[in-house]
Amino acid sequence: MSRVWIFGQDINTDQIVPGRFAPIMLKNEDDLRKYPFVEHRPEFAGTVQPGDIIVAGNNFGCGSSREYAPLALKMVGVGAIIAPLFARIFFRNALNLGIPCFTADLTSQLRDGQEVELVLEDGVIITESGEKIALPPPPVFLREVWAAGGIVPFYRQHGRFPGEAPR
Amino acid sequence: MAQTLSEQILSRAAGRTVCAGEVASVAVDLVMMHDSLSPSIIKIMEQELGAERVWDPERVAVVIDHVAPAATVQTAEKQNEVRRWVQRQGIRHFYDVGRGISHPVLVEEGVAQPGMVIVGSDSHSTAYGCVGAFGSGMGSTDIALAAATGRTWFRIPETVLVRATGRFRPGVSAKDLALRAARELRADGATYAAVEWHGVEFLTVMERMTLATFSIEVGAKAGIVPPVFQDVGGGMQAARRPQNPVPASWLPVVQEGASYSRIVEVNLDTLDPQVSAPSVVDNVFDLSDLGRVAVDVVYLGTCTNGHYEDLAAAARILSGKHVAPGVRLMVVPASRDAMLRASEDGTLSTLIAAGAALGTPGCGACIGRHMGVLGPNETCLFTGNRNFRGRMGSPEANIYLASAEVAAATALTGFITHPQDVL
Repeated sequence: MSRVWIFGQDINTDQIVPGRFAPIMLKNEDDLRKYPFVEHRPEFAGTVQPGDIIVAGNNFGCGSSREYAPLALKMVGVGAIIAPLFARIFFRNALNLGIPCFTADLTSQLRDGQEVELVLEDGVIITESGEKIALPPPPVFLREVWAAGGIVPFYRQHGRFPGEAPR
Repeated sequence: MAQTLSEQILSRAAGRTVCAGEVASVAVDLVMMHDSLSPSIIKIMEQELGAERVWDPERVAVVIDHVAPAATVQTAEKQNEVRRWVQRQGIRHFYDVGRGISHPVLVEEGVAQPGMVIVGSDSHSTAYGCVGAFGSGMGSTDIALAAATGRTWFRIPETVLVRATGRFRPGVSAKDLALRAARELRADGATYAAVEWHGVEFLTVMERMTLATFSIEVGAKAGIVPPVFQDVGGGMQAARRPQNPVPASWLPVVQEGASYSRIVEVNLDTLDPQVSAPSVVDNVFDLSDLGRVAVDVVYLGTCTNGHYEDLAAAARILSGKHVAPGVRLMVVPASRDAMLRASEDGTLSTLIAAGAALGTPGCGACIGRHMGVLGPNETCLFTGNRNFRGRMGSPEANIYLASAEVAAATALTGFITHPQDVL
């Protein structure tokens, strides 16, 4: 089961990981796992479990290009992020790191702390009452990048970028 | 069919005609990386991609600007790793501590030129739109791939048009237009899209950068001002310029009938100074509607408003006067060129005599790492472009965004002030 973490709208990368906790500022880069939402939601990093789901409002991840923001979420095992709109750099970074992101507004359908089952391959969330919430499938090229495990494995496998004819 | 500036530039880079909405792989003309993400970019190149060399050392620029000079032993060590890598790669466009923020520096050096596709590891890489380039920010993995292969992919963006008419009144400037646009578009209004800024050909290149950098704050992939060729660079820089892969005869131009997903009109004749209140960028008010807001710190700097034009505008207001008791005025020029020009014509001495504390050209406290971070419950009037909670230090600090003119007026009175009230 996955715990649902509800966040508001316009969550920016300074809220996800403040610049002061960038890997270049840390003695030990693995310590980055201590800092997701360190100030915005201090209980998050110590409580989140692998597979948990972030369900957020509009414009998730706006602001800086810092890939260590989604990297910190990956390090603590965030299983998916669901928001009606993702800021584009964050979305690319999350895609590149292989974090599933779904474009949907579930902030009023799910509640913070709720336990649900996420079936990634079917794109479905199943609540404790058995209700199934279908997640809209991402475009084909995004699914291909996910399937490969991120943009680097995709490029290594295919020798090309999305939007380029296969060689 | 008529194309937007982004469609023209990305069609050239893709080697075929591309339209908004499709996904295309494109050649990049320049890759910029800075000290904050370079260590992770190098690691991804070497360890994940197995790429020992960048695809073209002439087309990769590296700038030490985010923590410049180094604030800790860790950052000093990481920057030395970057310097050694730059040397091994034979990268000539390397700009070290004190040269300034990547975006103005690459424009001043003539490395960023019209019509180019430029990807940078800083989100404000939309800045290169000030010379009519398609500039876009990306994270470490995308930049590592671009540096290793010379290519990247884009979903070709729709374009949001911001069309200005008229001229600014005294005390009003490019930042007020940028904030006004954010107020209309909201923080997500141009997500996945490009912004074109029309009606601003009277602005200098660095004033255009204020608009171009701010484009990311409404979510944009790029923010482009139609290029005017004679405006780009100075005579002094011409000799240092690398060969532009974009033919000089080719420039993206505004085409009649190009398709815009949204048009925002701003009449500069009636525009008032704008202020973005904590803690989201689109929380914008006319200054006159703001009420009395006392400040502890005024921070003049960043790639948005740390240019020579901003220092000069502030100096005109502060000339012969002194900042209010209890107010700290930090001035961090965006680049060495801006600082040099301001020192040559007395702008800097005016600011220093008025009580300003001067910092090393670079990003300064904009990312909250050094050179004037804010403490709890402090209020800062900031000429940068983000007022997110915790951005400049303590999450209990409050950040208001405004122009250099408002910053100077505010430094004089100690509360957020209309420039006309102190002139």
